Amino acid sequence: MGSRSGQTAGRQTLISNRAIDRLREAAAWPELDARYEITGVAGRGGMGTVYVARDHVLDREVAVKVLDVADQKGSRAARLQREAHILARLDHPGIVPVHDAGELPDGRTFYVMKLVKGRRLDDLVAQNAALADRLNAFGRVLDAVAFAHAHGVVHRDLKPENVMVGGFGEVYVMDWGVAQDSSAESDAAVVGTPGFMPPEQERPRAPVDARADIFALGALLAHLAGEAAPRALRAIAEKARDPDANRRYQNVESLAADLARFRNQDPIEAYRESIGEQAVRLYRRYELPVLLLLAYIVMRFVVLVWRGI
Amino acid sequence: MSFPATRLSVVERTRSSDEETRRVALATIIEAYWKPAYKYLRMKWSLTPDEAADLTQEFFTNTLQKDVIEKYEPERARFRTYLRMCLDGFAGNARKAERRLKRGGGVAIVPLDFETAEGEIASHEPAVDADVDELFYREWVRALLERSVADLKQAAQASGRPVMFDVFARYDLLDEGETRPTYADMARALGLTPATVTNHLAAMRRQFRVIVLARLRELTSSEEEWEAEAARLLGGKR
Repeated sequence: MGSRSGQTAGRQTLISNRAIDRLREAAAWPELDARYEITGVAGRGGMGTVYVARDHVLDREVAVKVLDVADQKGSRAARLQREAHILARLDHPGIVPVHDAGELPDGRTFYVMKLVKGRRLDDLVAQNAALADRLNAFGRVLDAVAFAHAHGVVHRDLKPENVMVGGFGEVYVMDWGVAQDSSAESDAAVVGTPGFMPPEQERPRAPVDARADIFALGALLAHLAGEAAPRALRAIAEKARDPDANRRYQNVESLAADLARFRNQDPIEAYRESIGEQAVRLYRRYELPVLLLLAYIVMRFVVLVWRGI
Repeated sequence: MSFPATRLSVVERTRSSDEETRRVALATIIEAYWKPAYKYLRMKWSLTPDEAADLTQEFFTNTLQKDVIEKYEPERARFRTYLRMCLDGFAGNARKAERRLKRGGGVAIVPLDFETAEGEIASHEPAVDADVDELFYREWVRALLERSVADLKQAAQASGRPVMFDVFARYDLLDEGETRPTYADMARALGLTPATVTNHLAAMRRQFRVIVLARLRELTSSEEEWEAEAARLLGGKR
């Protein structure tokens, strides 16, 4: 350790770039009780850091979300606590379960949740997963969001980075830190992510309803479908993210129903197709009967022609 | 403790009626900012070491108090952002006027170790991001952490437990290319038990956090600024 930066040169200790990162991490490192042993950093968000920890009581790995700094007004702490309470209330297979919550000796709020291992939805797209797999994942997101809406919770920050897909195809909607429920106060600052945030959410203190999430789901679907997606699928995404909330799907169920119609090759609500497109769709849906019918017609024609000779 | 013991911000203290308070506050600002400023002038303005040293000296000895601090309005910008903008204006004017300061011409109120700063540029580059805002921020963080580490070391020595700082330095003050030792390795090297190493490290990190947040409190002008800076420093993207 001869050249360690801990050695002083002149009045001050010289600190390398790497040491800066280590020191920032050291100053932020949470001091939990003996039950949880922090083993690494899983990710950093706007409000806090998510650590990987070992739960020695239940002998399993968990994730611990810790506030980066305890503010004097307590609004950050209140927001993290609200997130934990929302997660505790939303008991659904698509929403990460919370196990424990508390306060560190230095006053920072934390909560413990299931450690989700897998890849983010944007990674799924980057790795060129099949459209059917992407739509399966999207369908699970719809289930989770519909469940939240049924419990009066609007996520307000749905985006590919906030959806995790596990090794067995299980899907978790993450990061409910800016979710709005009946207990939420109006936010002085704008919350959400550009591109996934509807116009009505761009105003501070603007209360939004479930249709704000519909907009984000439309943006999410457009991202998942890609530019080469069938026109009908793009139309569903466009309808969901219409700037006018009244012109969007009014709830998750109607978006899910239209998506199901698309997947069954039925006509969809979001788009009126031409006769040619209708014919192509019907052909794709009934390919075998259509081919058999055509073969029969051709055969009858050949027989008639042969008899005529 | 959820909030560091309130210290008046240094910017407020530079406006104190007490001369000694003003002098110490000014020295604190210079200590926190001269090195980021020097490196910023070297890298964004592509000045030679001599030119950057002269401008830094001039900025902190003559311009800082009367043209920078007096005109600062906390509600309009963070002090760090404001100071960097002033530095840009100062360097721009100097360049326009083709002003050539004679080396050593300014009156140094604190000795600024430009040679060390120059050595740091050589040793840390090109790891520093090319983004100039990020560069100034990173150098500001470096200066803040350097002072905080020095405070921590001093506190450990003053309490008669310098070994506690040794544990912290071996684990959290690693240079490029060095790997973290295990607790068992550190225990062997320092003649401690692994449990003692664990406790020392936890205690030092706890104290380090308190020191960093208190120093940050000094360098910010409002609770909101302190919270935003603390959140960025401790939780922001690396």
